[in-house]
Amino acid sequence: MAATVHGVQSYVAPRSLDEALAVLAGGGVSVLAGGTDLMPQARAGRRPLEPVLMNIRRVAGLGGVDLAGGSIRIGALVTVTELRDSALVRERLPPLWQACDQFASDQIRNVATVGGNLCNASPAGDTLVPLLALDASAVLAAGSGDARRTRRVPLAQFFTGPGRSCRQPDELLVAVEVPEPPAGSVGAFHKHGTRPALDISTISLAVAARRDGAVLRDVRIACGAVAPTPIRAPRAEAALEGRSPDAATIEAAAQAALQDVHPISDLRASDWYRRELVHNLLQRVLSHVSQL
Amino acid sequence: MSVNCDITFTLNGVARRLSVPLEMSTLELLRDQLGLTGTKYGCGEGECGACTVLVDGVSVNSCLMFAVDCDGRELVTVEGVIAGATGQRLRDSFVEKGAVQCGFCTPGLMVQATHLLARDPAPDEETIRRGIEGNLCRCTGYRKIIDAIATVAQGEHHG
Ligand SMILES: Cc1cc2nc3c(=O)[nH]c(=O)nc-3n(C[C@H](O)[C@H](O)[C@H](O)COP(=O)(O)OP(=O)(O)OC[C@H]3O[C@@H](n4cnc5c(N)ncnc54)[C@H](O)[C@@H]3O)c2cc1C
Ligand code: FES
Ligand code: FES
Repeated sequence: MAATVHGVQSYVAPRSLDEALAVLAGGGVSVLAGGTDLMPQARAGRRPLEPVLMNIRRVAGLGGVDLAGGSIRIGALVTVTELRDSALVRERLPPLWQACDQFASDQIRNVATVGGNLCNASPAGDTLVPLLALDASAVLAAGSGDARRTRRVPLAQFFTGPGRSCRQPDELLVAVEVPEPPAGSVGAFHKHGTRPALDISTISLAVAARRDGAVLRDVRIACGAVAPTPIRAPRAEAALEGRSPDAATIEAAAQAALQDVHPISDLRASDWYRRELVHNLLQRVLSHVSQL
Repeated sequence: MSVNCDITFTLNGVARRLSVPLEMSTLELLRDQLGLTGTKYGCGEGECGACTVLVDGVSVNSCLMFAVDCDGRELVTVEGVIAGATGQRLRDSFVEKGAVQCGFCTPGLMVQATHLLARDPAPDEETIRRGIEGNLCRCTGYRKIIDAIATVAQGEHHG
């Protein structure tokens, strides 16, 4: 059997957000959602558990996918399976739906939460890339009762490095908010890995834009696993903005994207290979989007 | 020096009350503490599916689940699955189609197939393939496993 995890002194499973935030304020807490990152990381000694293990799965109000006031709110505890089963996600947020469809295995999707995916902040996290392209924000809460503070951080500023985000230790991610895509929105997600589902992506790409006659507007392109955090590709976006996505424009955008990315070489792929992939994958995703 | 926590949950239809170490996985709870060895330890990392169990009706990798998280929930292992009608049909179909060689992956696949059929009683081949993506088999090459599940889905099997 694998080595056991030491150092956990107590376990709490609060039922309200107030309770959970009070525990967090006390410090020394590991937050447990689905545990699909926390458990293997703790067992491998990569991220030892804090003295308090707080299971947030029973906290009320952290679930649900709802459209209200021009934004789609996804609770932090919503699982990848729930996103994949959601008609709202499938119809209004296709890049996110596609990422969930290609995410790991059924068993992992059934427990992995969107909050855990964001807070784990892997540069290869699969929901991060479409959410970034969809201009989503993380909703973070801290403090209980009258001292409750809530802030919204655009995902473009949320990730600060591999495995790191701007979430403070006393903050809980309560939801992700995605602006309701306007009429005429198009988008797609694509990932490349050695095994389609279970493998961590070597790279992934999401495109979101609005069709205005023959041209694309509000183009947002996000890439995963090509830099220490998931990133937007501003040069590629500029190459497409206000243009018709014909073959020459798509090629110009795919070329421009090479200036946007800073891939690493690791055991999964070399820097050169990842650049080739960015170019080819963006070309493919854009050709697909141009036909939507 | 591990700290324990008391939990209550339902296991294969029976209410249980136990004290478990905080860092224990559900897989260790089942195999080491409760002696239910049908659930297998393959990789311990969520990659192979040998440890698949049903928790509140959905399939999960028990190696990735903290035992304390079983508190208040309903668990069904392969021992429970096999006691049900679908489980028995799956078992017979696996045997008939030759979907078992060394058998190490079989319990996890039976549980996963049960979940798959509960969600979609008439899955097509693609749905079955996708449904068992998280279950590795080193022996059979999957063809016979897919056939065994498809046979149960089509209700062709009356054994
Ligand atoms: C076999 C396997 C395959 C995988 N495949 C993929 C894949 O294809 N794509 C992919 O993106 N990922 C994959 N993963 C990684 C993992 O499943 C995801 O990152 C998942 O979304 C994590 O969610 P969780 O609920 O399990 O998080 P947990 O493990 O519970 O938590 C992850 C981290 O976030 C923190 N946290 C969780 N929720 C909150 C919150 N609300 N507020 C503050 N902090 C919080 C935890 O403290 C922890 O540090 C895979 C993992 C395994 C084991
Ligand atoms: S032992 Fe749990 S997935 Fe392999
Ligand atoms: S029968 Fe041997 S691993 Fe599947």
